[in-house]
Amino acid sequence: MSEAALEVRHLEKRFAADARFVGRRSYVHAVDDVSFMLRPGTITALVGESGSGKSTVARLLARLYAPTAGSVIYRGKDVARDKSRRSVLRYRSQVQMIFQDPFGSLNPVKTIRHHLERPLRIHGIVERDEVEDRVHELLRTVGLVPPGHVADKYPHELSGGQRQRVAIARTLAVEPVVLLADEPTSMLDVSIRIGILNLMLKLKEERDIAFLYVTHDLASARYLADDILVMYAGQIVEQGPIEQVLADPLHPYTKLLLSAAADPEAGVETKRIEVRKGLASAAVDPPDGCRFVGRCPLAIDVCSRVTPALVEAHPGQAARCHVTAPASAGIAAVPSTS
Amino acid sequence: MTEVIEPMPAAPAIPAPGVPIIELRQLAVEYGAGDRSVRAVDGVDLAVHAGEVVGLAGESGCGKSTVANAIMQILRPPARIAGGSILFRGEDLVDKGREELRRYRWRNVAMVFQSAMSSLNPVMRVGDQFVDMMRAHEPVSRNAALARAEELLGVVGIDRRRVRAFPHELSGGMRQRVIIAMALALEPQLLIMDEPTTALDVVVQREILQQVQDLQREFGFAILFITHDLSLLIEFADRIAIMYAGEIVETAPSARLQASPRHPYTRGLMESFPPLTGPLRRLVGIPGAPPDLSAVPPGCRFHPRCPLCVPEQPVMFARQTTERPVLRELEPGHFVACHAAGAST
Repeated sequence: MSEAALEVRHLEKRFAADARFVGRRSYVHAVDDVSFMLRPGTITALVGESGSGKSTVARLLARLYAPTAGSVIYRGKDVARDKSRRSVLRYRSQVQMIFQDPFGSLNPVKTIRHHLERPLRIHGIVERDEVEDRVHELLRTVGLVPPGHVADKYPHELSGGQRQRVAIARTLAVEPVVLLADEPTSMLDVSIRIGILNLMLKLKEERDIAFLYVTHDLASARYLADDILVMYAGQIVEQGPIEQVLADPLHPYTKLLLSAAADPEAGVETKRIEVRKGLASAAVDPPDGCRFVGRCPLAIDVCSRVTPALVEAHPGQAARCHVTAPASAGIAAVPSTS
Repeated sequence: MTEVIEPMPAAPAIPAPGVPIIELRQLAVEYGAGDRSVRAVDGVDLAVHAGEVVGLAGESGCGKSTVANAIMQILRPPARIAGGSILFRGEDLVDKGREELRRYRWRNVAMVFQSAMSSLNPVMRVGDQFVDMMRAHEPVSRNAALARAEELLGVVGIDRRRVRAFPHELSGGMRQRVIIAMALALEPQLLIMDEPTTALDVVVQREILQQVQDLQREFGFAILFITHDLSLLIEFADRIAIMYAGEIVETAPSARLQASPRHPYTRGLMESFPPLTGPLRRLVGIPGAPPDLSAVPPGCRFHPRCPLCVPEQPVMFARQTTERPVLRELEPGHFVACHAAGAST
């Protein structure tokens, strides 16, 4: 197993849920004890419902938020502790983020050339007289041709898919080691989504970039990713190689997600799922016990008392479940991902 | 101005076979006027029969929501019906008066919009919104309307006591269920659902669609289900119509469409949804982007993106780039608007 490009250990993020100044405050546990690593040339999918904390994880990695606890390890150093301007700048040039909204992430009054030149100049990536060549090369890489023509355009002259390609080209300008893509295709039309997914696959293969692909769409995660992290209410409830997890899910929540997703290959046979009460959102001051217990068809007595740990019940595949991945079945306690 | 008010024909218990609930004939809808007008819907033929679930799929801007708004008769300027007819049980709605249309809406055809958040009044209790809606159509007492509201909430799986709730006290999925319950209150013959679950999580989405399907089987209303998610339609619809750039390019029973899509656009759409099971291969999607409706390509509107449109076949190419294809019935019930789609391919 190759070395991690980026690793997080016991990452935790809490947001204050009220404005009390005396006594004990309440907190939303948006991210709770999350550990994983991103490897070069590998796409890791982070899947969950809205409110599960998946975007918060991406933002923690991009250093848009500071973690409440835990560490973010990049090149052997815990960057969550190093807040010097130089190290933040360096980190941000190597760990780049692609946002959901290609309409909001480009400046409407600047040309595409401007968007791509800026990172090249700020981070001093190439010599002054090579900037134009590099801009063209970047545009060609993301499939925007002819580059000279595209570079002179303004964002409003491009379609949503083309804008997302510009946003990707901009992240590539600084030659990143890690790319965090937060639902990069969810605002795009169906017929052009696959083009963006294919572009990410190409970048993974050609540039050895470590990708985190945040999505709620299991089918696109399977298409793109090598590994999967399933998040529920702030915690990772299952992780492993994606084909293995989807073929034989351990956690009942992963099973529920799988049975709820539409599958064009399954044909006209309608799948039915059991309707149960319960919330997927990260809870305010959650009590001990499994957070899925209210919706779980397998729940036993211990589930509402003890928070299950991530246990590697199959080689490489771990889940937080007292029933399907009991501690006794564990090959090893996770995170021993390294 | 005086209007002769003729109530819509009462729904017979079992509709006459063959007469669709809604039938669109060469419907055209334009936004704006004169040189700057844009034809968002251009010559659409579509029928929904009693008890049928019809899916209408297409990308954003293809005109599918405009079709829904036209059927519901809620188009507002600058949108206007520029041609064709909308028949409700054989009667054209296009030249009906305002009061007649007000009665028709919600009683005969009800609609569930994409955004449940903005469809409910945030400062009114859920029950009162039922009362308002029902009393606009029927002389019922407040108490009777509230009782009906409780009953309907029960039907869609919400605790009856929630009639006292304000919308913000409900989750997104519950709000969408409330809207569906309201839409069913007057027992319409057709329920239009315009992207009813796109804003919701997959699990909630499936729960709601399952429930709608159960209700549909129980009460027998017809559904026009509009979405960009073709894989969802294949599961839930009996028949699917595919829209591209203001036109319907293919329509077929769901199983047939899934097994052998004929229009290259439909095939491209199918190629845009990666499978959850079975072997994985690199998908290609569709090159290019949907056209701007103010400057649609001549001939077949899909030809600039079409893999079957190549200059190496000059005769076909000339046709594809100049002559607008019409829907042809390739097999019984399977219609395709494509010059190149032969019966044998």
